[in-house]
Amino acid sequence: MCLAIPGKIIEIDKNNEHATIEYGEGTKRKANITLVEAKTGDYVLVHAGFAIEILNEKEAQETLKLFREILSMEGN
Amino acid sequence: MFSLDDKKLADDIILKIKKSKVKLKFMHVCGTHQDTLVKNGLDVLFKKCGIEIGQGPGCPVCVTTPKEIEAMLLLAKKGKIVTTFGDMINVPSETDSLHNIRTEGCDVRTVYGIEDAIEIAEKNKDKEVIFMAVGFETTAPTTASVLLKNPPSNFSVFSCHRTIPEALKAIIEMGEIKIDGLIEPGHVSTIIGTKPYEFLSKEYHVPQVVAGFEPIDILMGVWMLVEQIKNKEALVKNEYSRVVHKEGNIKAQKVINEVFKQEDKKWRGFPVIPHSGLTLRSKFNEYDASKKYEDILEEIMYKEFLEPPGCRCGELLRGLVSPHDCPLFGQSCTPETPVGPCMVSIEGSCNIEYKYLQK
Repeated sequence: MCLAIPGKIIEIDKNNEHATIEYGEGTKRKANITLVEAKTGDYVLVHAGFAIEILNEKEAQETLKLFREILSMEGN
Repeated sequence: MFSLDDKKLADDIILKIKKSKVKLKFMHVCGTHQDTLVKNGLDVLFKKCGIEIGQGPGCPVCVTTPKEIEAMLLLAKKGKIVTTFGDMINVPSETDSLHNIRTEGCDVRTVYGIEDAIEIAEKNKDKEVIFMAVGFETTAPTTASVLLKNPPSNFSVFSCHRTIPEALKAIIEMGEIKIDGLIEPGHVSTIIGTKPYEFLSKEYHVPQVVAGFEPIDILMGVWMLVEQIKNKEALVKNEYSRVVHKEGNIKAQKVINEVFKQEDKKWRGFPVIPHSGLTLRSKFNEYDASKKYEDILEEIMYKEFLEPPGCRCGELLRGLVSPHDCPLFGQSCTPETPVGPCMVSIEGSCNIEYKYLQK
């Protein structure tokens, strides 16, 4: 139930409430985007038909680097 | 998209955990964490490292009480259209399941989200449509958002929403199980942030980590707990910082607070947990199925409904037993013939255990 799937906003509806989200391999579905401040091109995390957070690609790419830092801080 | 495959890093983390030579018991409260743990054999790996990780009450369908299911059965039998998430309709209650009563002509429909239920209400103006709103803080803002948009008058919500920090407090206070650390659910935390967990570390000295759902997230999360224990710390660390921010999703929190108030709530397997339920505020009474159909629901108001005989879901949700401790597991209780909710829900430990380990 708390499963949330990442997808990319490819088009926002005129009412600014819903957007078409692409989940890869051509799967598209509408989601409500009123809980986030998202724009076209953003990656969002979608749960039960609602985008609940914007994914920060830069932060995501830095995750592994951050993990390495945490590990090395500890020393061996 | 954001692949977190790094075998070298995973090996490094495992080595560090092994070298720590610990004997610890952690709890998480998320079906998706359990899925990652079992699917990737991490539960076995951690056991070899001296760390046991169990799933507590982290499955919204599983913690929904028999009485809540009976309320929906009753309303469906009175001609209302009952809508809810897929797993919920298959949970057997004392009298029946929502799925089975369809054969009696009841209109029970599964939906992907609350907006699908609104669509059903709009297409069936001559019928009353109820959405059985199950879920933790991740799902509650979706219900709240819809209620703030003047839904059709033939639509109402039966709120079964519950909140995680209060349940964690209850489980610690009950003292039935030793918990050396808590792995907090990534998507609940996406909404609430990390602050609402802090009191658990301060008052009970329990180290915590918010973790994501890739195998490496769990490995890293466990390491961040081990590290705290080694340093005699009890803090809320955030492993899932690429998604979860300390303050959470403020917009979502605002809509939750506007629509819901926190009230005491019974969870399956637990006594009433103070402030752990999200009930609609009185200004939404016209959309509150528990108020709108009070006269019908009176029939079951003072009735107690029994758990299925022999089912150990209650103890499982309190982290006291594992699926294999239940004599029904894989015997009379399977995903095809579930006895308890933990075998029905894809987030239930029994369902996950059966899916990956049944040989």
